[in-house]
Amino acid sequence: MTEKRSKAKERSGHPLDDLLREDRIPHIWCPGCGIGTAFSSCLKAIRSSGVEPKNVVMVSGIGCSGRAAGYVNLDSFHTTHGRAIPFATGLKLANPVLHVIVFSGDGDLFAIGGNHLIHAARRNVDMTVICVNNFNYGMTGGQVAATTPKSARTTTTPFGNPETPFSLPHIAYASGATYVARWTILHTREIAKSVEEALLKKGFSFIEVLSPCPVNYGRRNRESSLETLKIYQDKTIIKNGAHPSSVDIDPEKGIILGKFIDVDRPTCKEMYDKICRSE
Amino acid sequence: MEFWRIPLDVEEIQITRGVVHILEERCKGCGYCIEFCPRQVLAFSSRFNERGYHPPVIKNPDDCVNCHYCEIICPEFAIYSIEISEQDDKRPDPRLHSNPR
Ligand code: SF4
Ligand code: SF4
Ligand code: SF4
Repeated sequence: MTEKRSKAKERSGHPLDDLLREDRIPHIWCPGCGIGTAFSSCLKAIRSSGVEPKNVVMVSGIGCSGRAAGYVNLDSFHTTHGRAIPFATGLKLANPVLHVIVFSGDGDLFAIGGNHLIHAARRNVDMTVICVNNFNYGMTGGQVAATTPKSARTTTTPFGNPETPFSLPHIAYASGATYVARWTILHTREIAKSVEEALLKKGFSFIEVLSPCPVNYGRRNRESSLETLKIYQDKTIIKNGAHPSSVDIDPEKGIILGKFIDVDRPTCKEMYDKICRSE
Repeated sequence: MEFWRIPLDVEEIQITRGVVHILEERCKGCGYCIEFCPRQVLAFSSRFNERGYHPPVIKNPDDCVNCHYCEIICPEFAIYSIEISEQDDKRPDPRLHSNPR
């Protein structure tokens, strides 16, 4: 393995190559898709956290973001739709030494797997959940999702979305997450810092990363990927410590980013050991 | 970087310098590195790579400050920078000439 890794390094030389399954690169993500940036920020954080890569595992569900588990050169698992969190919970309970990262999309984590997310947060399972939010179901052709902004066009809302989207940080906070942050893919350093903090923190950590899906969401809403990033540059407001109930995504008034919550609370395993394992 | 006046302590402030490397065959031409490099080091090439995308070219090599921003924002792991040590660095101080953008 080490030999294979060093050979790979000679061939190209990107500093994150040893965390990648290089034979599977280029990945399938479309040109301008932000998932690759969220993924590379996450790998950068694994590197800079100083955690031994053999103790880091990545689990993802289904969807474009779910492919990440197949590209990372760590122990990883690509689960069935919505089930990344229960799989990750099992990993963590069976081997508490592991740092478990769930890397998946908004549809997988908040719609198909929504119940798993709220309950893992409620029980405060020690894991890091990174949710790439691109406001639609990219892989299946751009259907409306639980995160699609009001009035936005998707294949299933050709006249505009009549529904109100979820605020992901608010749900994570209300369910009991002990670390909650939101960034966009333009904020690579902030994502990496949050992921690093989350990895080293005990408890359920949730990081939302806003990301362009130029091929589906972008195309139907007349936004190229560079235009989306310009919006991220011009319209975002960093408010660390803002209450998660107030963190709107409103391209007119502003998109609120930051580290909103960082508190400590006994984890699922600590409570179990205390209550069920003491004689 | 253009200064309205040259800061008095300009000689003392250390700025790291970098050399940027592009793995052309991985690039999908999204332009993020070009658009968001703080020093406008990069530009689109008119050439195509083997998959039909325009990779970036290095327009102002002397201006790279090794900030690694391109390295992480690139969704394709196709670009990275490496610090050059001061001894190896024979280039003019980037703060003392104006940016051609
Ligand atoms: S469909 Fe959208 S989310 Fe999926 S890879 Fe393409 S741009 Fe990314
Ligand atoms: S390292 Fe920084 S300055 Fe150098 S090319 Fe990349 S983004 Fe530009
Ligand atoms: S960010 Fe990466 S994929 Fe995009 S143009 Fe630059 S090198 Fe190519």
